[in-house]
Amino acid sequence: MAELHEGLRRTPIYGRHVALGARIVPFAGWEMPVQYSGILDEVRAVRSGSGLFDVSHMGRVEITGADSPTFLNRLFSSDVLELRTGRARYGVICTEGGGIVDDCILYRLAEHRFMLVPNASNTPAVLEWIYRWVVARDDVRISDLTDSTSMVAVQGPGAEDLLADLTSLDLSKLRLFRARETTVGGNNVLLARTGYTGEDGFEIMPPSSNVVALWDFLIDGGATPCGLGARDVLRLEAGLLLHGNDIDSTTNPYEAGMDRFIDPDREGYVAGGALQGIRNGSLRRVLVGFTMVGRGIARHGFPILDGNEQIGVVSSGSYSPTLDTNIGLGYVPTAFSAPETRFQIDVRGRAVEAEVTKLPFYSRS
Amino acid sequence: MNPSDLVYSEEHEWVRVESDGIAAVGITEFAAGELGDVVFVELPELDSEVTQFGQFGEVESVKAVSELYSPVSGKVVERNESVVEKPELVNESPFESGWLVKVALSDLAELDKLMTAEQYDTHLAREQ
Repeated sequence: MAELHEGLRRTPIYGRHVALGARIVPFAGWEMPVQYSGILDEVRAVRSGSGLFDVSHMGRVEITGADSPTFLNRLFSSDVLELRTGRARYGVICTEGGGIVDDCILYRLAEHRFMLVPNASNTPAVLEWIYRWVVARDDVRISDLTDSTSMVAVQGPGAEDLLADLTSLDLSKLRLFRARETTVGGNNVLLARTGYTGEDGFEIMPPSSNVVALWDFLIDGGATPCGLGARDVLRLEAGLLLHGNDIDSTTNPYEAGMDRFIDPDREGYVAGGALQGIRNGSLRRVLVGFTMVGRGIARHGFPILDGNEQIGVVSSGSYSPTLDTNIGLGYVPTAFSAPETRFQIDVRGRAVEAEVTKLPFYSRS
Repeated sequence: MNPSDLVYSEEHEWVRVESDGIAAVGITEFAAGELGDVVFVELPELDSEVTQFGQFGEVESVKAVSELYSPVSGKVVERNESVVEKPELVNESPFESGWLVKVALSDLAELDKLMTAEQYDTHLAREQ
């Protein structure tokens, strides 16, 4: 296995993962924990208590300068000028053709200061894309803070209580998709009520020099360490998309059902023309959620069938421990997208019945 | 950790020879641990024939699919329906209640191609 891991990066928390008995896998250029006690245990911890994720491999890009709002408004999928300070917004970064470079969360930290968090594997592509749109007269500075800062997510119904002991910020006043610069365990951090699990929770960005102490505080407070395996199951149950699986440069945000994150009608938005065209046309295919009716687990890349004919492809699939059923996402012709529509999944040569399910599969009460 | 009354294949299946030429087959604790939480088990039909080292089913964990290779040849005379209903038995009790099928052995000499617990331990040490 040694050669597999060559040249991979490690987050500052790597040593803790190993000490906690995590199974380490290569992921997006990093050596990351895929599981500690077991994926099912970890999913349960997040749905019923609190789970802790090292998500330092994700990108952190700071954009500052007097022109930073108008600059980002040309690149981000929704209106950045209207995004108020202290708020975060989920969206996508599209090419001029409407293909998805990445999905990101954009945080407005001040009038002229933003933090953009892209996926680990796409951070170089996002950086390259946004640098391309800087023009000399712009007062815009782009800083890649992926190394100097780190990021952990504490997620679950117990997350607020756990974190409340470590910060003076009144967390009950920090609403969903709000962010504050504050202290946690005595360390300066960016604290946001965001996540990728479908549960309440927080994402915390401290300087890298302090992240191990923060991790230890949260573990000592009772959070269950969780790996990428649980994270993938949790996000799928919550109907959240994964770039590289469900969306990529060959998919557009409308067929992926991301309409509510897209505002193409803005002056200067580089993908505006293409996205208006897609919005005003008719979609050839759409992303749907489905539940397996027959026995079998759908996986990324499996064909979707209507009888003998392939009509689509699975983009994500897993067993769902929370629902105790097998679920998935996939692209199908719009005629097959209504809830309860049946089709089959080709599970290694076996046609297994599946049924369209309205997303999300799981939402917290 | 690997029971001494069983014999083992390189593909991490075990065989427990019971009375009258019937053998229970399962996957080892090592294999179950490598897979992680097993959430799906596909077993061969009752009365179907399985072949030594031939594929006879699948186990899936949350993240991975693994094919099952029969350590022996013969006819499937019993399927563990409990493990189909509760795949976690494979992790909880790989050598006991997590057994997969029982096979009426067609050739007892095949057992000589399998490993003792001691040999399997050595095999595992080499693989790791």
